[in-house]
Amino acid sequence: MTEVSVAKEDVAATGELVVLKNVNKHFGALHVLQDIDLTIARGEVVVVIGPSGSGKSTLCRTINRLETIDSGTIAIDGKPLPAEGKALAKLRADVGMVFQSFNLFAHKTVLENVMLGQIKVRKTDKKKAEEKARSLLDRVGVGSQADKYPAQLSGGQQQRVAIARALAMDPKVMLFDEPTSALDPEMINEVLEVMQQLARDGMTMIVVTHEMGFARSAANRVVFMADGKIVEEAVPDQFFSNPRSDRAKDFLSKILHH
Amino acid sequence: MFDFLSDYDNPTLLGAFWMTVKLTLLSGIGSLVWGTLLAAMRVSPVPLMRGFGTAYVNIVRNIPLTVIIIFTSLGLADIFGVTMGASDFKVQGFRLAILGLVAYTAAFVCEAIRSGINTVPLGQAEAARAIGLTFSQTLRLIILPQAFRSVIGPLANVLIALTKNTTVAAAIGVAEAAYLMKEMIENEAQTVLIGAVFAFGFVVLTLPTGLFLGWLSKRLAVKR
Repeated sequence: MTEVSVAKEDVAATGELVVLKNVNKHFGALHVLQDIDLTIARGEVVVVIGPSGSGKSTLCRTINRLETIDSGTIAIDGKPLPAEGKALAKLRADVGMVFQSFNLFAHKTVLENVMLGQIKVRKTDKKKAEEKARSLLDRVGVGSQADKYPAQLSGGQQQRVAIARALAMDPKVMLFDEPTSALDPEMINEVLEVMQQLARDGMTMIVVTHEMGFARSAANRVVFMADGKIVEEAVPDQFFSNPRSDRAKDFLSKILHH
Repeated sequence: MFDFLSDYDNPTLLGAFWMTVKLTLLSGIGSLVWGTLLAAMRVSPVPLMRGFGTAYVNIVRNIPLTVIIIFTSLGLADIFGVTMGASDFKVQGFRLAILGLVAYTAAFVCEAIRSGINTVPLGQAEAARAIGLTFSQTLRLIILPQAFRSVIGPLANVLIALTKNTTVAAAIGVAEAAYLMKEMIENEAQTVLIGAVFAFGFVVLTLPTGLFLGWLSKRLAVKR
């Protein structure tokens, strides 16, 4: 991995980048997001944690409208999320997303995966796109795998390619939907290291994860969700050492002591 | 014993099979294009398109091909004056037959491709949308290429069926293999031999198709 020694930019109020107001969503009878208010500042790293079924993945997916919402508003960089169509596609290009199951395009090589969006969405010319793709692949440490197909890579490598693919679009914000949950334990760190580097470089990130170590070391803020609600928001140190809500105490006691 | 085979010159034996090949190739290409468009309609987010695609497939695939082919000639051409730009009756029959074969076969191509689309994991489309591809880009660049590769086998079946279905074009006077066979059977005594010759001719056309596409299907399979 290339060593980039960029100190983390000062997060202090460079503006609100992602604003969710009063967001509600139902899956049938299940009220999966209940009156969610959440504001993420430019350059901020927010980690969303909580028990399974608490709505944290759904929350993450509503931000680029892979899930629609029933009521409330979501704005990115001051602009409300458009409905379907070209405007929505344009917005999604500015929001990078990394999935639990990687979702690399199975019929394209690693290099093509990272070039596709640049060429088809950003209209970058092929040569520049390839240059950028190769440098991003080097940056996430899979430069030597550029000509392989996704199925030939390990899970950790695939996920790093997926991160490179998202970064190739120069996103304003990156969404990570449980990026390490499908990985073998020994591959989790290689992905987390890339994410940590990204955080240090000042990328705005929303990370849904069960990796408490990552939350402690990289997050500016921890958002704890349970039963479709945001129960607690705090800086990591305060949240992990001194959670205020009973729900968070209960959750932490189950995951931290073994 | 095979003397009679060279007694025919309108069409000749080879000429008749060449007509079968032309009907198959042109209808094959046409139905692949139209069938893909129908499949795109059936998965599109626009309800009107979905409705049209569904209605088309369910109506057309349930009508006998003979009825469709005869309708193109007696209905489209004779009543509605659709001559497909042909002044000559033979050319008109040829073009109408292709129209009918495309209309019919596309329904089966559509369903094969749609089942292929269902084999592509949802995450592929989500990832494509997440990098900002539009619906049609997602379909063209991500979903259909993977869907096609997984349905080469079923499409080979459709192509083989199409090759044999071209014989129905004889009903509107297209001089292809079955047309010649009927003529020979009327004039010659060796009916079993005639049948065998034409059966063999079709096997020669379809067997390599099946083997080649089977090989292609394995070669192009998407590894997950």
